[in-house]
Amino acid sequence: MTTNTLKLVVVGHVDDGKSTLIGRLLYETDSLPDGKLAELKAVSLKRNMPLEWSFVLDAFQAERDQAITIDTSQIMINRPGRQVTIIDAPGHIEFLKNMVSGAASADAAFLLVDASEGVRQQTRRHAYFLNFLGIQQVVVIVNKMDLVQYCEEKFNQVKANIIAHLQEVGITPQAIIPVSAREGDMLSARSTHMQWYQGVTVLDAMDNLVATDRIDSGFLRFPVQDVYKFDERRIIAGRVESGVLRVGDDILISPSNQMAKVNSIETWHAEKQVEARAGESIGITLDKQLFVERGDVVSHLENPPMLTTVFRATLFWLGHDSIVLNKTYKMKLLTREVNVIVQSIEYEIDTESLQKNKVEQLRKNQCGEVILRVQELLPVDEYHSLKHTGRFVLVDAYEIVAGGMISMKGFPNQRTLLEKRPSNLTQVKHYVTYDMRQQRSGHRGGVLWFTGLSGAGKSTLAMALEQMLFLKGYQVYTLDGDNIRSGLNSNLGFTPEDRAENIRRIGEVSALFADAGFVCVTAFISPYQADRNKVRRMLAQGMFHEIYIKADLEHCEERDPKGLYKKARKGEIAEFTGISAPYEAPLNPELIIDTVQLTVEQSVNRILEYVKETFAYSSTAEVVV
Amino acid sequence: MNKLKELEAQSIYILREAYNRVKPLAMLWSLGKDSNVLLWLARKAFFGHVPFTTILLDTGNELDEVYAFRDEYVKKWNLTYINAECPPIEETDPSLPPKTRAAARKTLGLKRVIEQHQFKGILLGIRRDEQAIRSKERVFSPRHESGEWKFRDQPLEFWDQYKTDFVTGTHLRIHPLLAWTELDIWEYIKQENIPVVPLYFARNGMRYRSLGEKDITHPIVSNAATLDEIISELKTTKQPERAGRAMDHEQEDAFEKLRSSGYM
Ligand SMILES: Nc1nc2c(ncn2[C@@H]2O[C@H](COP(=O)(O)OP(=O)(O)OP(=O)(O)O)[C@@H](O)[C@H]2O)c(=O)[nH]1
Ligand SMILES: [Mg+2]
Repeated sequence: MTTNTLKLVVVGHVDDGKSTLIGRLLYETDSLPDGKLAELKAVSLKRNMPLEWSFVLDAFQAERDQAITIDTSQIMINRPGRQVTIIDAPGHIEFLKNMVSGAASADAAFLLVDASEGVRQQTRRHAYFLNFLGIQQVVVIVNKMDLVQYCEEKFNQVKANIIAHLQEVGITPQAIIPVSAREGDMLSARSTHMQWYQGVTVLDAMDNLVATDRIDSGFLRFPVQDVYKFDERRIIAGRVESGVLRVGDDILISPSNQMAKVNSIETWHAEKQVEARAGESIGITLDKQLFVERGDVVSHLENPPMLTTVFRATLFWLGHDSIVLNKTYKMKLLTREVNVIVQSIEYEIDTESLQKNKVEQLRKNQCGEVILRVQELLPVDEYHSLKHTGRFVLVDAYEIVAGGMISMKGFPNQRTLLEKRPSNLTQVKHYVTYDMRQQRSGHRGGVLWFTGLSGAGKSTLAMALEQMLFLKGYQVYTLDGDNIRSGLNSNLGFTPEDRAENIRRIGEVSALFADAGFVCVTAFISPYQADRNKVRRMLAQGMFHEIYIKADLEHCEERDPKGLYKKARKGEIAEFTGISAPYEAPLNPELIIDTVQLTVEQSVNRILEYVKETFAYSSTAEVVV
Repeated sequence: MNKLKELEAQSIYILREAYNRVKPLAMLWSLGKDSNVLLWLARKAFFGHVPFTTILLDTGNELDEVYAFRDEYVKKWNLTYINAECPPIEETDPSLPPKTRAAARKTLGLKRVIEQHQFKGILLGIRRDEQAIRSKERVFSPRHESGEWKFRDQPLEFWDQYKTDFVTGTHLRIHPLLAWTELDIWEYIKQENIPVVPLYFARNGMRYRSLGEKDITHPIVSNAATLDEIISELKTTKQPERAGRAMDHEQEDAFEKLRSSGYM
């Protein structure tokens, strides 16, 4: 059983004979179980019909009574060397969403056309959807040739029409076969009625189709599905959507931008694995404890997903209600769920004429392009480069209402913006220079960035230092955690992204104070080295002073001035630094203040000395007053 | 990827989605081959653990070997287990034919246990190839207040995005094995060495292909006494799997009626 099963969907306009074709193919390939034929005869007779092959698939009473397929179903055909899953899709426009449910997973399609009716509305629409869903292998079957007396000319007419339309859609059919599904012409055996046709039969065409596999060769994308702690292991579970993941790989987690190494690949009742390929459902452990949650995307350091808050999407809209401009929908992108706002509706694509029309809304069963906006940075890929991570669905109320493919055309990858400043801003020059400010205050500006665990003494020292500096005539101001969080950053929480944004804003504010000539003291846990480094880069050379307020966890927990450690231990506070979230001590701080060894007074004095030395006024230019 | 590996990976993905999105979650463990495979896949998905409740809908009329198997493996696999007793046949819909009514006892038993424990998701080992009505199912299939299946308006399901948002008062049936065939199940049982009830193996020229209640399930004529023999039998047989299930054959729409009112 090494060969892949092929998934083949049968589509086309209502009543063109899709279900009949499948039923008859099952019969011709001897795939019907014993007794099925007798049962079909009986239920057909009951309805005063000749043998109805479609009843093999149309199993609901409502389907049989109205001779129409309502919902999609799947059935297996055995072919030499492999199994083929045939997916029956309804042709009625009313059930387009069921057609999509069936067709979306297919590798290939049979597109049926009724020889006596020719190309009709759903023929064209379905062809468009096939291309939309990325199904490139298409075989056209011109059915009901018996109704046109197996006429070659008629066939050629239909053939020319369908080829023309498919070409516009972007599909090149692998074959176009004249068939009578009901009579069994050209399904497995060549038809005596159509000697003029030299091409393949339906079964030949089926055997020529190939199953498409996931791509190992693409960039690694491992969206986190869940994080398990069933035992002592903390396992990050998910499926590799593309690429290959190996033990020892350096990985990047988006959008939080954390890095780690893959420690192990975890499985149960299977051989130990050192690599996992696209399509495999696995678990991994990392070399360090990071905050990772469902929806995060694991990639390699090179070629990570793009980050953005806005993107373009080609949508097919299947919801009852039309899409509404400025409305918020829930978007599901692999395992990530976020709210999106419809920022604009660019145009509608007429699936028949393929024309783009300017519209106010997309109605049920329409396709079009929209621009969607999200509130937080979202890791995305473009559909044309990575299919599985470049597509999404939208949910309205409780229902999935649309599918979409992402394009970033016209929008920048905000991952690079994270590092760089926008270049289209021209900075306005101050007439009062930094040097003039220094001269007036008599000292340099800069930031004393305190970092350390909760309870290490950051705030106590910061406030005491502020008072001492003020008394000595310094321009000084302290930014403290709780104060900032209740104002400037009141919209931020404690996820790694929010923590990063919290620090970014504080960094920018402290940079303004420093530029204004102040000694700016900041007192934030700021647990990540990467974030502190970012702030260092925001400031001019020599203006950032990283000061490690050092006290070990044991002491901090003993002090516990706000009772937070107790709560964290009880699990009442999630992601508490030192307990359930990591703290990265500074690698190269300008100053270390050990508050376990020193008294408050001693500590403040150390810092005062440091300030006296490093903040002394020095003229860098001629000052003109 | 080979077929079994692909099926396994997809089912694990579905189980993990269910466990993350739908709480509280339970699994119907009929103790047949499919639900044993499902349980095995759960242990693969959750690294040896089964983090949800397992339920047997017990008519009191299951085969003796089934009860014996249950008693052994509840302990061995450390399962959280509910024995859900099914109401008597008198409480079922009298308009159904008799064998179908016997089967409908399970529908009532299921409804009751869902109500009692407020389960929001029920995992089930049904497959598309068993029965034409089941072939129309979704992987995440909503059931309405009364347990009823609105098969005329099923949710969109594509690109591995499932319906995980639902109104209170309703629940989801989740079908991780929908894409498997009977042959896949046996090949996987062999590959993984999964224990099954011994009734599947032929004794005196008879074996069970599908397990149900004593009075409405019958063994088939077969000499397949080992896994390999079962597998090669299935590769050639043209007998439908549920031939031994009486309730499927009483009326054209018997199974549709059963399922639309909440049967598995
Ligand atoms: N004369 C003739 N009739 C056919 C042929 N194939 C199908 N039919 C008839 O066309 C009708 C519709 O067939 P279905 O197979 O139900 O059509 P369908 O495409 O599955 O329809 P939907 O699923 O509802 O979209 C039935 O009455 C069939 O018997 C054919 O080759 N010749
Ligand atoms: Mg049909």
